Amino acid sequence: MRDLLRHAWRVTRKDLRLEFRSRTALTSALVFTALVLVVFEHGRDPTAVPTLNLAPSILWVTFSFASMLALNRAFQAELENHALDGLLLAPISRTSLFWGKLGANLVFVALVQVTGMLLFMLFFNVPVWRVWAPLAAVTALATVGFIAVGTLFSAMVVRTRFAELMLPVLLLPFLLPPLIAAVQVTVQLFAGRPLSEVAGWLRLLAAYDICFVTLATLLFPFTVTE
Amino acid sequence: MTLVQRGRWLTGIGLLLLGGVYLRALAFTPVELHQGPAQKIFYVHVPAAWSSMLAMGLVGLASILYLLVRDTRYDRFAAASAEVGTVFACVMLTTGPLWAKPIWGTWWTWDARLTLTLMLFFIFIGYQLLRGAVTDPAVRARSAAVVGICGLVLLPFIHLSVYLFRTLHPQPIVLKPSAPSAPPEMVTTLLLSVGVFSLLYLGFVIQRYALGGAARDD
Repeated sequence: MRDLLRHAWRVTRKDLRLEFRSRTALTSALVFTALVLVVFEHGRDPTAVPTLNLAPSILWVTFSFASMLALNRAFQAELENHALDGLLLAPISRTSLFWGKLGANLVFVALVQVTGMLLFMLFFNVPVWRVWAPLAAVTALATVGFIAVGTLFSAMVVRTRFAELMLPVLLLPFLLPPLIAAVQVTVQLFAGRPLSEVAGWLRLLAAYDICFVTLATLLFPFTVTE
Repeated sequence: MTLVQRGRWLTGIGLLLLGGVYLRALAFTPVELHQGPAQKIFYVHVPAAWSSMLAMGLVGLASILYLLVRDTRYDRFAAASAEVGTVFACVMLTTGPLWAKPIWGTWWTWDARLTLTLMLFFIFIGYQLLRGAVTDPAVRARSAAVVGICGLVLLPFIHLSVYLFRTLHPQPIVLKPSAPSAPPEMVTTLLLSVGVFSLLYLGFVIQRYALGGAARDD
């Protein structure tokens, strides 16, 4: 188990280092997030729709699209010079490889989400800081399970034709349960309701995470071959 | 008799019986008091929904079996079942709004079961797009199996999440803990229709499975 985690950490570190040296994907994801927020601001009639009513949707649509961008990147980089074959030949288990990739994706998406949240506060003047801790917790809960399935699928589609298009088509149905739950919880949080009122949604999110992280870990070895 | 011929026979019998079920539903089953003739679509809509759910369940099961024993027959079966399931899902998604417009006053609503079946349809489509995008048969079978299994696990979550959210769909009237609340003639017609749709599912899948085998042999 210790080796498993150590190897996973190595893979995560490799991915993050690669990303921070080039910064191409991270920069584009951040700019994309900012642009989606701008589009949303101009896509509503400010006199008819109050920001607070639209805020949870804006936040979660932005996060969903940004995550999709992040996931496409995970295995794309490994295609160059057959890096994936090298990774598969390395003496580490497939589970470590999956957890490593998942870890890197989570860090990547978390960075985009934190920046997105700050820009959201700046642009939309929604008092996020009052509920930042429960909001961060719910965002994390909603992201983990979905990114686990996304990492699994991105490993699978990377060698197919139209990989960038295939991933959202396969993944969007899987986004639905966490999206519904996260939006519902966010609405309640912005309305100043206590977290205990949304316990059902939080349980659903936790069950989804446990289920899909386990399933993705079990299925990952079938998706990659030398 | 070859497999494809058997499939054709089964489908032929299924189609004949389907005519019989239509006749029974239209002429020999009482008209529902509040909904009038619009309710007749129930005898097509519910069995189609049943067949597409059955198809998804069997895609998931065949996918698990494929990953366990790596027998390509399971993969061919899953592919056939997904295709047939897509057709039944289309029937369900077409008949549903036709009924909903006069009864609910709207073509579509984001109710638990509607959202679930729409997502089921999208999973079927995604499954087939993925199959089309992978050229290596072994990789295709493995990838498709992974999506099949994930799709099967996802469906209860979608249902639960939308159910917690909102629901407008008629509640179960046949499959529920207490006795069915519809008159016995209606229940009999529905069950006959479910039987016929299951037979049609089987007939279509056998033909598609046999064709898949022929395509592989070439």
